Amino acid sequence: MGFKEKCFKKSLWVFHMSAGSCNNCDIEILDCLTPKFDIERFGMKLVGSIRHADVLLVTGIVTRKLLPRIKEVYDQAPKPIVVIAIGACACTGGMFKDSYTFKGPLDTVIPVDAYVPGCPPKPEAMLAGVVKFLNKK
Amino acid sequence: MGKKTLVPLGPYHPLLEEPEFFKLYCDGEIVKEVIWETGYNHRGIEKLCQSKTFEQVFYVVERICGICSTSHPFAYANAVESIPGVEIPERAKYIRSIVGELERVHSHLLWVGLAGHFLGYNTVFMWAWKYREPVLDMFEIITGNRNSYAMFTIGGVRRDISPEQAAQLLKVLDEVERKTTLLVGAVMDDPVIHARLKGVGILTAEDIHDFGAVGPTARASGVDIDVRRDDPYAAYDMIDWKVITANDGDVFAKAEVRLLEMYESISIIKQCLEALKKTEAGDIKVKVKEIPPGIGIGHAEAPRGEVFHFVKSDGGNSPVRHKIRAPSFTCIPTFRRSCVGGTISDAAIATAAVDPCYCCTERMSHVYDYTTGKHIMSAAELIKLSQEKTKNLKAKLKV
Repeated sequence: MGFKEKCFKKSLWVFHMSAGSCNNCDIEILDCLTPKFDIERFGMKLVGSIRHADVLLVTGIVTRKLLPRIKEVYDQAPKPIVVIAIGACACTGGMFKDSYTFKGPLDTVIPVDAYVPGCPPKPEAMLAGVVKFLNKK
Repeated sequence: MGKKTLVPLGPYHPLLEEPEFFKLYCDGEIVKEVIWETGYNHRGIEKLCQSKTFEQVFYVVERICGICSTSHPFAYANAVESIPGVEIPERAKYIRSIVGELERVHSHLLWVGLAGHFLGYNTVFMWAWKYREPVLDMFEIITGNRNSYAMFTIGGVRRDISPEQAAQLLKVLDEVERKTTLLVGAVMDDPVIHARLKGVGILTAEDIHDFGAVGPTARASGVDIDVRRDDPYAAYDMIDWKVITANDGDVFAKAEVRLLEMYESISIIKQCLEALKKTEAGDIKVKVKEIPPGIGIGHAEAPRGEVFHFVKSDGGNSPVRHKIRAPSFTCIPTFRRSCVGGTISDAAIATAAVDPCYCCTERMSHVYDYTTGKHIMSAAELIKLSQEKTKNLKAKLKV
């Protein structure tokens, strides 16, 4: 078990950062909070500031204008922090990989710990991603 | 006038789902000026569309916005099909309308939830999103995905709705209708919501004309426009429904319009499902061999207003020009009327009232001086210019 997994055995606080995304993944992340999926029963909750967060969820492609901002948000995060790339765009660039504002997949900008592919990934897939990461040996 | 204070909102702010930047200039607690900075989410979709074939563009425009992922393909389909003048089968028309109206139901429920959250009514947020789930499940059953439905294609739709699915959908709609009544009661009868929303963020009909705002934003101010009725497409002229309007123009009126529109959408879907029984199953697509040279214009009524697509074809297999205008592009500038003069605490709900969708609207921004027309440069560009001058001097002096 790595250092990060050891740190995050208890309730996780999540900050959600939408890079150049189409809203789909963001809505599905919010869906995780609502009664049907209700991740708050595991002690996870969305926080308003990166300075309170244990987990950084990033959705969407890294656009030219957002590149410095994503780096800044990552620098402001208390370390250690788990970065999870949500959706095909954040993982690889998806269908926007040929766009002129595309500045590389997320892992070329900041270190990424887990990838949840899908367009958009279902809330179940996001929960499964987090569980898999925490059970990593 | 007193000293103005700048309150920045964004690009990453707990209030905003998406990266957006608002500058609120305030005098005390009163907002004096709102400036919106865009471009964070710009993905170059129009250019991207020109590198895809006509069929592939559907899946690109679908991902302009996750919530309007039927409206953009709808408008694009109308635009492309107008070039060769294709008449799609009747069954496909009904299925298109069903998907479009289902999207309106889920989008309006989503808005009601978010508005409740902004006002501090988290129960409304949780309820509205809970009632939205069956609609998304229905989408998954009909189209195969909860969002981004990939339902449309040139000349029709890609999947049929079976009688079993239709029966299931009817059951879900009845449930949603009951819950909508519950939400309407919760909003319309609550004295606190009345006090918070009445008279806040007022947009007059004149403001709507000045900014060219569309959709529920315009209809709440008494401007009776709806593309579905004014320029009917798909099945909207074959069924009976009415356009909902209100006259006050404040946030309460916008909430009212959206809530009542959900009833209309549910009624449209029910009529379409009834009509589906009369058409032949499986007749959902006509084959379109090629798109001849020409221009096509298409629009559709998204949950937020009119989506406009312009497609130019040169007879090849991909568009040579594709222009998109989303409804939020005209609705967002109305913040300059609705927020100004109100307090900062009302700015959140006044901006949320138009249901702004930034990823639809995003575009490159260049700043020009209003009087001289000169391009205003950013700090990085100025530094680059300065460095270039030094380089030129070095070359000149041969250092």
